[in-house]
Amino acid sequence: MDTEAIREYLPRFAEAFLLTVRIGWMGIGLSLVIGIAGAFILHYRVPVLKGLTKGYIELFRNTPLLVQLFFIYFGLPKLGVMISPEVCGFVGLGLLGGSYMAESFRSGLEAVPGIQSESALSLGMNRRQIFFYVVLPQAFAVSSPSVVANVIFLLKETSVFSAISLMDLMFTAKDLIGLYYRTTECLTLLVVFYVIMLLPVSIVGRVLEKKVRSGYSHG
Amino acid sequence: MGDVITGLGFDVLWKGSNWLRLLGGLLTALEISLFSVLISLAAGSLLGVLMSLNKKAIDIFSKLYLEIIRIMPQMVLLFIVYFGAARAWGLNFSPETASVIVFSLWGTAEMSDLVRGSLQSIPKAQYESSAALGMSTAKTYIYVIIPQMIRRTLPGTINLITRMIKTTSLVMMIGIVEVLKVGQQIIEANRKSSPNAAFGVFATIFLLYFLACWPISCLSRYLEKKAV
Repeated sequence: MDTEAIREYLPRFAEAFLLTVRIGWMGIGLSLVIGIAGAFILHYRVPVLKGLTKGYIELFRNTPLLVQLFFIYFGLPKLGVMISPEVCGFVGLGLLGGSYMAESFRSGLEAVPGIQSESALSLGMNRRQIFFYVVLPQAFAVSSPSVVANVIFLLKETSVFSAISLMDLMFTAKDLIGLYYRTTECLTLLVVFYVIMLLPVSIVGRVLEKKVRSGYSHG
Repeated sequence: MGDVITGLGFDVLWKGSNWLRLLGGLLTALEISLFSVLISLAAGSLLGVLMSLNKKAIDIFSKLYLEIIRIMPQMVLLFIVYFGAARAWGLNFSPETASVIVFSLWGTAEMSDLVRGSLQSIPKAQYESSAALGMSTAKTYIYVIIPQMIRRTLPGTINLITRMIKTTSLVMMIGIVEVLKVGQQIIEANRKSSPNAAFGVFATIFLLYFLACWPISCLSRYLEKKAV
């Protein structure tokens, strides 16, 4: 292991790390929005939209992100939809994640007993208030372990961004290996940065899961 | 209709043997998944049973193994085995071998956790009742525990197959000519005659993957409902 080389590569890896984390978390943000909207549509059986949402979830849950990105990045421009690699990564991850998040939130919504909505209704709350103040917080608590699992999954999926020439961690590692053939150093840095990205989330996930299991959701 | 198909670049699929080539590429990826799934099933079941025995050494090893494999993206593992092993120990795997190694390591980790979970969910009374009936440990496992274990792990296992198929799309990144790579070749070859081929080809691959995974997902969901 050549520490000199590591010191030399560190700035490039740090830059790539920031890019990966930024697009990764932006994509996760988008996936949360899509997921909540999708779960709402499925749970309250909104006509027409329900069928579309179901189709979207099945389509994106049963195809790899790499294929989705290729379609968005290379296929869609032929229809006149031109986007940069960064936007493509963000949108692709958001769409993939949205399909997983929707399922998580939906099962969370289903776990909230009907009597909660009925009680809120009898207290004079309107539908919007019931959803945002009564149902959603409880659904969140129930689905939080699976949401965190999805977040970890999505952060790991960012590793395919290099296929659409985003200068992420994978791209940088491959590039530097090709240039200097310092394979061991580059792979070590790659692993270290992925651990930095994923370990905190993984720990949060475990804590949350323990809390939910020990009856936090019924509190 | 014909104009639309040509305009969107679906026409290249009917040129020469392009359909067959594309399906052949998908088959390459599916083959790697199949091998990896079979190895994962065997190794994962074994490891899962060992993990449920609560032996300290096995626990430490399996925990470490699961944590390391699960926190690393499969893409990184692929790079480590394909590029790193060659550099560090002079092990020159073919891309296919490297992929099967990585996906088996990952699948084994996932499978062992499924098996461990289902074994631990089987009540202790089952073992005790079997012993009270005079069954040997082997018989207890064969007639009482394993049949229940299989029923409980089946949905997760089938789900693992679809995850494996989706993950094998990564192998193009280490130079295996699978469906995405074949698609790129077709697009390149027809750049002049069919400039919009990228849309048609990648939309088709999107659909092919969906058709490969969706029925399996449905089966997994059906079994899950039945098991509950």
